[in-house]
Amino acid sequence: MNKLLYAPRYLIPLLVFIILAFFLWRGLTLNPRELPSALLNKSAPVFELPDLMQPQQILTHQIFLGHVSLLNVWSTWCVTCHAEHAFLMELAHTQAVTIYGLDYKDDSAAARQWLAQYGNPYKAIAVDKAGQAAINWGVYGTPETFIIDKKGIIRYKVIGALTPTIWQNQLAPLIQQLQN
Amino acid sequence: MLPEIGHFALILAFCFALAQAIIPFVGSYRNAIFSIQLAKPLAHGQLLFILISIACLLYAFMSNDFSVQYVAENSNTDLPLPYKIAALWGAHEGSILLWIAILSLWTNAVAFFSRAIPLVFLARILSLLGILSAGFLLFLLTTSNPFVRFLPNIPAQGVDLNPLLQDPGLAIHPPMLYMGYVGFAVVFAFAVVALLNGRLDATWARWMRPWTIAAWSFLTAGITLGSWWAYRELGWGGWWFWDPVENAAFLPWLMGTALMHSLIVAEKRSLFKSWTILLAIATFSLSLLGTFLVRSGVLISVHAFASDPSRGAFLLQFLVIVIGAALLLYAVRAPGIRGGSYFSLLSRETFLLINNVLLVIIMATILLGTLYPLILDALNLGKISVGPPYFNAVFIPLMIPLLVLMGIGPLSYWREMTMLMLIKRLWLPFIGAILLTVILLYVSTGKLPGAVAMGILLATWIMVSTLQLLIDQLIKRKNISFVRHILGMFLAHLGVAVCVIGITLTSYYKVERDIKMSIGDTLPVGPYHFQFISVNNLQGANYQGVDAVFTVAKTNKIISVLHAEKRIYTAQQTALTEAAIDAGVFRDLYIALGEPLSNNTWSVRIYYKPFVRWIWFGGILMVLGGIAAITNKNKSAVKKYE
Repeated sequence: MNKLLYAPRYLIPLLVFIILAFFLWRGLTLNPRELPSALLNKSAPVFELPDLMQPQQILTHQIFLGHVSLLNVWSTWCVTCHAEHAFLMELAHTQAVTIYGLDYKDDSAAARQWLAQYGNPYKAIAVDKAGQAAINWGVYGTPETFIIDKKGIIRYKVIGALTPTIWQNQLAPLIQQLQN
Repeated sequence: MLPEIGHFALILAFCFALAQAIIPFVGSYRNAIFSIQLAKPLAHGQLLFILISIACLLYAFMSNDFSVQYVAENSNTDLPLPYKIAALWGAHEGSILLWIAILSLWTNAVAFFSRAIPLVFLARILSLLGILSAGFLLFLLTTSNPFVRFLPNIPAQGVDLNPLLQDPGLAIHPPMLYMGYVGFAVVFAFAVVALLNGRLDATWARWMRPWTIAAWSFLTAGITLGSWWAYRELGWGGWWFWDPVENAAFLPWLMGTALMHSLIVAEKRSLFKSWTILLAIATFSLSLLGTFLVRSGVLISVHAFASDPSRGAFLLQFLVIVIGAALLLYAVRAPGIRGGSYFSLLSRETFLLINNVLLVIIMATILLGTLYPLILDALNLGKISVGPPYFNAVFIPLMIPLLVLMGIGPLSYWREMTMLMLIKRLWLPFIGAILLTVILLYVSTGKLPGAVAMGILLATWIMVSTLQLLIDQLIKRKNISFVRHILGMFLAHLGVAVCVIGITLTSYYKVERDIKMSIGDTLPVGPYHFQFISVNNLQGANYQGVDAVFTVAKTNKIISVLHAEKRIYTAQQTALTEAAIDAGVFRDLYIALGEPLSNNTWSVRIYYKPFVRWIWFGGILMVLGGIAAITNKNKSAVKKYE
C-alpha cells in the first residue's frame, strides 16, 4: 500500500479549506457594517444647533436628558434615508422612544418640504448644515442612528437604515432595559 | 392558485433531484441496470418541474400578482415588460431559482451530449449533479421560497424593481454568469467521478474539456457584460472595481483558465492528472464560495443581496459538506492517480505548469484580499477594507510574466526542446513586437511613457507570436484545415491582448473632469469641446427626470449631441444617473449628471475614455475563441469514439 505513503501532501487542500471555512463561519456571526463607535458609553458630544422647524430656537445636547432618545442622522439627498423613513414614521406612532433628527449637510427648505410631504417622525430636528456636529458624533455616512440613555450617554449606534429586524432584535430590548 | 402549483412543482423537483442523487449512484455500484437507466429520465423530470415552477413565477410577474411577496417587492404595474421578466432573477429568491434551473439545464445537456461515455459513469455524473441540485432546492424551499404570499393584506402596488437593475445589461448578465458558475458543476462532477473511478485517462480529460471551455466562455461573457453594465449604469465610468462580488466571479474564472490549460496536458501527455482534478474541484468550489459571499452578507459590496443569517448558515453547511467531501475523497484517492511520462525543463509542459502556478498565485492573492477584512475581523484585529490599490499592486506584477509566457507557450514543443529551437521560433516575433510598439507609440504620441510601452509591448508580443504560430503551421502543413485546431486558442489569446491594450490605454490616457457647469458653458476635454446646451423635463413609464443636453465639438465641428439623464423612479423615490455615452472604437465620451446646484447650474462628470471598448471587445474575442474550441473539440471527440 504505497498509496498511503503519499497521502499527507494530498491533504493540504482539505486543510486549507477547513481554515477558510472556519473564517467564513466566524464571519457569519460578525457584521461588517458594524463599526465600533469611540463614543460608546460616553456622553453625547456638545452641540448648539438651530431647530429645523423653528430656526430661531436652539437645540443643545441637553435635549437628551431625562428620557431615552433615538437620534437619527439623515438628509433629503440620502437614498437610504428615504427607504428608512416609513419605518421611522411607524416607530413614532408606537411612541416607544423619543426620536430626534440631525439633518446632515442639507437644504433646510427642501428638508421641511420633504417632511411635509412624507410625515415628520421627529420630536425635534437639529440642523447641521456644515456637518461639523456630525464629525463630533463620528458620523460615517447617512443614515446613522444613536440610542442615548436618560443621562445623555450614548449606548448604541446603528450604521445604515433602521429596519424592523434591527429594532426588534437589538434596539427594542436595549431601550426597555434603559428605561427601567 | 398558480403560485401554490409553482411551490408544489419545486417540492416535486426536489424529490426528483433526491432520487437522481441516490438511485443511479447506488445502482452503478451494484450493476443494477434499471437503476442506472433511471438517471436520464429523473434528470428530465426534474427539469420539467423546475420549468413549471419558473412559468408560475413568471405568470405572477406578468399578471401583477402582488399577493406573492417576491413579486410585490420586485415589480410594479408600471414596470416595462422586459424588466418584469428580468425581475424574476432581480433579487435573491428568484436568482437562486434561476441557479437551479441552469444546473438542471446543464445536467440535461450532459445527459444528451455524452452518449460516448459509458452509462455507468454517466449515471454517477448525473447523480453528483443531482446531489448539488437537491441541496440548492432544499435551500430555496427552506430559506428563500419565492412563492411566499402576502396574506391577507394584498398590497395594491408593488415596490418596483431596483432601478439600477432596469437595464439591458442586467437583464442578461446574471443568467450568463450563472451559466458559467453552474457549468463548472459539470466539470466538478466529472472530476469527482474520476476520483471515484480511481483514474483520469486521456479520454476522460477529452470529455471534460468541452464542458470546461463552455462554462468558461459563459463566465467570460457574464463578466464582460457585467463590466459593461457597471460602466453604463453606475455612473462612475469605471469598468472594474475590485468589488468582492466582482472578485467572486473573477476567482473561478482564473481557476477555470488554469484548468483549461492543465486539461490539455492531461489529455495530450497524461500528466498533471491529480493536479487537474484538484483544479476542477477548486474552480467549482470558488463558484460556490462566490454564491455564499454574495448571499450571506459577510462582506460589504454594492452587489450584496439582503442578507439573512439562516441563509448564510445553510449555504456554509452545504459548502462544507460538498467541498469537504470532495477534498477528502481527493486526499484518499489522488495519490493513486498519477501520470507517468517524462518532460524536460524546457518544454511546453513546463510553460503550462508555470501558467498554472501563476494563475493559482493570482487567484490566491485576490482571494486573500477579498477575505482579508473578514479574517481580521474574525481574529478581533480590527475593521479594515481592502481597495483597488492593493489589488492593482499585486495583480499587475503577476500578470506580466503570465502575458510574457502567453507569447512563448504556444510556440514551444511538447516533451523537450533545446534553447536554440526556442530562440529560433521566438526571435522574429520578439523583434517584431518591439519594433511595432516603438513605431505605434512614437508615431502617435511622440514619446514612450514606460507603463504604456510595457502594456502595448506585451499585447503586441502575444499577437505577433500567435500570428507566427499560425503562419508556421500554414507553411509547414500547407493545409488550411489545421487552422481550425488552433483557432480557439488564437482568438482567445488575441482577446487577452486586445483587453490588455484597452486596459493600458484607458487607464493611462483617460481624462476625468468633475466640474460645475451652467447652461451655455464650454469645457475642453482632450481634443473635444463640451457645451452645456439645456435641461428639459422628462417623463418615463415608471420614472420622472431631467434630460441635460450637451454638444461635443472637435475642431469647431459638432460631432455629437448627448443626453445625460437624472431619473427619479416613482415607486421607490430613488434617483438614478443615466450616463450619456458617445461610443467609438477608439474613444468613448461619457457625461454623467451630478446634482443641481441651482436652476441652470449642475455638477457634471465628463470623461474622455480612449480605447475603453477594447476591454469588452477582448472579452468577446475570448468567448468566440471558446466557441471555436468547443465546436472543433466535439467533432474530434465524436470521430474518435465511433
